[in-house]
Amino acid sequence: MAECWGLPELMCNFPQLSSGTLRAMRKGIDGGFRDIVRQWSDVIDAATAPLQLFLNFLEDLFTGAPWPLVMIAVLAVVWAGSRQLKTVIGTAIALVLIGVFGLWSDTMTTLAMVAVATLVAILIGLPLGILMARSNRFQAFLSPVLDVMQTLPSFVYLIPVVVIFGIGKVPGLIAVVIYAVPPMIRLTNLGIRLVDREVIEAADAFGADPRQKLWGVQLPLSLPTIMTGVNQTIMMSLSMVVVASMVGVGGLGKNVLQAITNQYFTVGFLNGFALVAIAIVFDRTSQAFGKRLQKHTEVAHD
Amino acid sequence: MTDPLEDARQRSGIEIRHLYKIFGTNPGRFIKRVKEGMTKEELNDRHNHVLGLQDINLSLPPGEISVIMGLSGSGKSTLIRHINGLIEPTAGEVLYEGRDVVAMKGAELREFRRTKTAMVFQKFALLPHRTVLENTLYGLDIRGVPRAEAEPVARAWIERVGLSGFEENYPNQLSGGMQQRVGLARALANDADILLMDEAFSALDPLIRMDMQKVLLELQQELQKTIIFITHDLDEALRLGDSIAILRDGKLEQVGTGQDIVLRPANDVNRGRVIRASRLARPLAEGEAPPEFRVDGYRVLERVAREMAAAGVAQATVLDRKGVATGVIDSEAILNAMVTPAEAP
Ligand SMILES: Nc1ncnc2c1ncn2[C@@H]1O[C@H](COP(=O)(O)OP(=O)(O)O)[C@@H](O)[C@H]1O
Ligand SMILES: [Mg+2]
Repeated sequence: MAECWGLPELMCNFPQLSSGTLRAMRKGIDGGFRDIVRQWSDVIDAATAPLQLFLNFLEDLFTGAPWPLVMIAVLAVVWAGSRQLKTVIGTAIALVLIGVFGLWSDTMTTLAMVAVATLVAILIGLPLGILMARSNRFQAFLSPVLDVMQTLPSFVYLIPVVVIFGIGKVPGLIAVVIYAVPPMIRLTNLGIRLVDREVIEAADAFGADPRQKLWGVQLPLSLPTIMTGVNQTIMMSLSMVVVASMVGVGGLGKNVLQAITNQYFTVGFLNGFALVAIAIVFDRTSQAFGKRLQKHTEVAHD
Repeated sequence: MTDPLEDARQRSGIEIRHLYKIFGTNPGRFIKRVKEGMTKEELNDRHNHVLGLQDINLSLPPGEISVIMGLSGSGKSTLIRHINGLIEPTAGEVLYEGRDVVAMKGAELREFRRTKTAMVFQKFALLPHRTVLENTLYGLDIRGVPRAEAEPVARAWIERVGLSGFEENYPNQLSGGMQQRVGLARALANDADILLMDEAFSALDPLIRMDMQKVLLELQQELQKTIIFITHDLDEALRLGDSIAILRDGKLEQVGTGQDIVLRPANDVNRGRVIRASRLARPLAEGEAPPEFRVDGYRVLERVAREMAAAGVAQATVLDRKGVATGVIDSEAILNAMVTPAEAP
């Protein structure tokens, strides 16, 4: 109760809707929402089924395969992306430590989750970014939406996701994707808009149609920027994986969450470090890859 | 073999008729008033629109190099981009082979660009992620010509512009001059009738620029394309142009041969700043000793006059780029050229 300094009631406590009205409103909205979800549950299940399948497949593959095979595969990918020996060695050390401290399986679960989330974010973000670059109107519409998405606390995403999709891996995945997709969209848009106008004009002058321009000029030339978007998307999925464990995503995030609730200091830090190690590996690999892509597009030396 | 001249007579040139271009948010609103005589200044100051081109009428004959010359901002780039429809006019037509380019849309316009035109750009505008070879066959790629067919064509043009051995290099590994050779090869590989060159050599060093002019003239001897060449340099215009059109503030000021332009200039262009000493050099007379004082032939008259005045001489030996004496210039000839029409080159 605020002190009233002798003011009339209206000036003292903010005039709010009566608690009855508020309750009715909440009930109405939540109930309506739930009804809609219940009505559409078949459709929702059907729509998320492929995601579920894909996620399970990758998780089984990562956790089920013999660890030396997984390790070689990961190192090969890091080498193919970065072409840097030090990154490969760093990755090997990180993986060994993760294994030694008993986090191998959880790490693999998280890797599968991040891999699927990144893939889905790219599949959604790339076309939206391209559309955004093509239409100023669409950009004007989508920009504020992305702003809101990026400023909302990540926990907030969980609420509608849980209401619609329930608890589990796939709802977690969806929350991660929603959280991680904005940089992919933004940087695809930016990359395409930054392509040299003269080069675009040359393509036009030779009669390139919009598709030929997109695939032959705009996308290749904006690839370094798009790669930055992929990098940021990966980083954001990794950080969201912890939050998403609240709705049933397993892996390192779940351990961190349990450590917080139970005050397990060591477990919390070990899992945290494993997440950081993965983040660094992803970051270095994708950045080095982006740099290599940029080699030929750099400005001329005279 | 057909006679190329006979051939040219039957080929279509380009006819530009009553072309207007107004830049701004609502050009259509002002076109009528501009046609009735509203000035560029009024349009700009009162209505915030830019009058880019004003009633351009120009015939560009087939198989010839037509030069369009003008100062920066005079509308040269705007004009040349109407020929392949990169810019849409506010009013007017551009006729080629009986069709109006202005009226072409979408697929028809793309087809026209793919088969009838090719363009060379001031800043080269090469595709940085494609090799020299891939850049050269870009036009053919766009047309859907299979690589196996396009590659030999591209290689042949790369050789013609003197870049053999650089096929696998990327543009950023080449000097400016070499990059523009790629630009030229890319345009020629398209085998189009019309070649649009927007200040194609302006970004190059003087020496390399002369080289490229030579390359272009040699190629043109054989190819007889309809070339539209844009420049702001009178020397280049005179060297290349079968005819020259001068554009000023979006209006055509004068159209004619190089001789016409030099002998009967339509306005007070500062001749001292555009004519080069080499143009006035006369050969040494029999037994005449070359003057001691020497000037560079590529300097403009104003500069040469200043140098000669500073040295207190009335005569000077004109050197070419290699430092070889090509003739004599005297202050009387310079003065004459600067105030009255010069001798024909
Ligand atoms: N998109 C545009 N919007 C407004 N003004 C333009 C635009 N393009 C060109 N202009 C103006 O038209 C004039 C001619 O430009 P341009 O054709 O590029 O000249 P040039 O090639 O002879 O240097 C300039 O004054 C320029 O500012
Ligand atoms: Mg220009």
